[in-house]
Amino acid sequence: MNTELLGIIATYAITLLIGIPLGIYLAKMFAGEKVWTDFLKPLEKGIYKLSGINPEESMNWKQHMKALLMINMVWLVYGFFALLYQDKLPLNPDGNLGQSPDLAFNSIISFVVNCNLQHYSGETGATYFTQHFVFMFLQFVSAATGIAAAVVLFKAFRDKTTTNLGNFWVFFTCSITRLLLPLSIVVATILAFNGTPTSYEGKDQFISLQGDTVQVSRGPAAGFVAIKHLGTNGGGWFGANGAHPLENPNYLSNMVEVISQVIIPIAMVFAFGYFIRRKKMAWVIFGIMTLGMMLLLVPTVISETGGSPNIAKMGVSQLTGAMEGKEVRFGATATAYWSTVTTIISTGSINSMHDSAMPLTGMYQLIAMMMNCFYGGCGVGILNYFIFIIIAVFISGLMVGRTPEFLGHKVEAREVKIASIIALLHPFIILVGTALAAYTVTNFPDADWLVKPASWLNNPGFHGFSEMLYETTSAAANNGSGFEGLGDNNMFWNVMTGFVLLLGRFLPIIGPVAIAGLLASKKYIPESAGTLKTDTLTFGVMTFVVIVIIAALAFFPALTLGPLAEHFSMIK
Amino acid sequence: MKKYIIQSLRLTGVLMVLLCIIYPVAIAYIGKLSPGAGSGEKVLKNGKVVGYARIGQSFTKPEYFWGRPSAVGYNAAGSGGSNKGPTNADYLKQVSERIDTLLKYHPYLKKSDIPADMVTASGSGLDPDISETAAIMQIKRVAAYRKLSDRTVAELVLKNTEGPLFGLFGPSKVNVLKLNVALDELKK
Repeated sequence: MNTELLGIIATYAITLLIGIPLGIYLAKMFAGEKVWTDFLKPLEKGIYKLSGINPEESMNWKQHMKALLMINMVWLVYGFFALLYQDKLPLNPDGNLGQSPDLAFNSIISFVVNCNLQHYSGETGATYFTQHFVFMFLQFVSAATGIAAAVVLFKAFRDKTTTNLGNFWVFFTCSITRLLLPLSIVVATILAFNGTPTSYEGKDQFISLQGDTVQVSRGPAAGFVAIKHLGTNGGGWFGANGAHPLENPNYLSNMVEVISQVIIPIAMVFAFGYFIRRKKMAWVIFGIMTLGMMLLLVPTVISETGGSPNIAKMGVSQLTGAMEGKEVRFGATATAYWSTVTTIISTGSINSMHDSAMPLTGMYQLIAMMMNCFYGGCGVGILNYFIFIIIAVFISGLMVGRTPEFLGHKVEAREVKIASIIALLHPFIILVGTALAAYTVTNFPDADWLVKPASWLNNPGFHGFSEMLYETTSAAANNGSGFEGLGDNNMFWNVMTGFVLLLGRFLPIIGPVAIAGLLASKKYIPESAGTLKTDTLTFGVMTFVVIVIIAALAFFPALTLGPLAEHFSMIK
Repeated sequence: MKKYIIQSLRLTGVLMVLLCIIYPVAIAYIGKLSPGAGSGEKVLKNGKVVGYARIGQSFTKPEYFWGRPSAVGYNAAGSGGSNKGPTNADYLKQVSERIDTLLKYHPYLKKSDIPADMVTASGSGLDPDISETAAIMQIKRVAAYRKLSDRTVAELVLKNTEGPLFGLFGPSKVNVLKLNVALDELKK
């Protein structure tokens, strides 16, 4: 078997070997059972004490959401001003400038919501201060926010009837001290020993072998790159993100980075099942998510390793696959694997330029973000999947003529309404945002922005439309990758995606938590012969069908105008 | 509500100390033990730094092995790819020009001897590596300009080819800078 294929098989196998036990550990840890990391308790106690938090205080779902929104608001305001005035703050060895107001607005939102769209380039658009105290800080805490919200949902289904859903600050803090921080230290150390820089020195200059004077951007990237993957954030230290040879120096570092972005999303699925004492449900959800991933992964690998038909016509050898925008040290197969993983999970880090991928690959990447629940982001993946479970429960209930129930609680009009709104919100903001952009390009090509709409698109025709569709989808899915040819640092894109990001983050967190909170407060109905079982394979397939139908109905027209049209015009 | 604001502010402050100071400083100290001491592994020629092992350089002189095309001209102050789509006509024209240039400098090649990585830009614009085929196709040219035998250069290429990780995972590759330094040192 070829070594490139073997590489991704090993990568996925290691992911499972780490992810599944990690999930079981998380279930125990969040349930307050004994785990080996309990030696960190004094650290947590110290944090609670300094922050004036009583860890015993329990919250209902509304209080949870208030706490979550409040702390996120604090980060938004603080980060906005820090970015605006970063030139006046310390730790700026390269003398970079402050961000413009619209760019700062976009950057801060996109990091608070765990997206990391990055309309700036790390080398010039941020300082070491903002890289650490804004961006890396938010990479930790936004991931912890997602995980904590998911744990609130878990808690709602652990007991029969309850309004006591634990303490938000505790879930949040433990996500950092017991999960993100220890894993980040391990990953950062591995990266450092593979060549990712860790020192605070600024740019270096040297004379190259051929005699040119060359500058190299550096900086303490290893710690940043570790959490950007573990926390499914994806924002790069350098502009080229995971394709940059200092962020991702070799094949081993590539494996480590692509593994570290999937382990927590997979762990959350098992944490859910073990936490609510329904292991079978975890396996069913995991099975369906894996099916979704494979259905996107296999064609992506085929499409990229097959090479570009247009370059094949020129007669050169494409034994290594399509290479535009890719790095030799990873090869086309591992690059295809990464591009699937980074789009089904909401990481959005890249180790190749997605803009230069084959049209069908671009479509698979888009579909992955449109569905956004096959493993999904840290915490939010399982929340998104939960919405589809509720819809599937409702539809199945109608089909067999029974009152829909989920884990012993009646699912009624209010819950289904919330679930439908959240499920339809995603296509709504994507399509409206893309339509606005397309309208602006055609009708106001000369609008006086930093980048004129006429020069937004880096590629003509169908591919140009895909660039706009991708950017908006990435924002709505809180993914953060891009078809980076798009000229996105200007008023329109900064503001438009800023709002899309906010809607695409907080409503899909509040919705599922609200449903869970409402369900948990209802009377518990013991399982009987008439109960619709939600941990069976049949129900899993039903959920999968719901996901596919919603995505297909909503997005097929847009995909036809972009990647599909490009593909068929290419092979004709 | 007010309670949550104060708790948010205090928790943010405490976590900043842990995550933005203690964590990266700890990593910086760990990094000091790594091969490049945390500042990136450098490549030396006669004791002088001629570049970073992981950062590709521009090679245009005929006596050197060439790297891949770069969208940023191997300027490592920044980074980035071309972001050209696969059906972009200007881009395809550019690729076809690169093929012609390569054929001009390597008259002994057929088009099918040229691997795709030599005519396409990398994702970072700083790709330090080329594929094995890409190195092999340049051997004759480099040998001719350096007045070395093909075999000597081929042996050097073989010596500088890194196989898959643990011999099992991923592609083989040749680090262009290291190969060229080895060539220069051969001359002495």
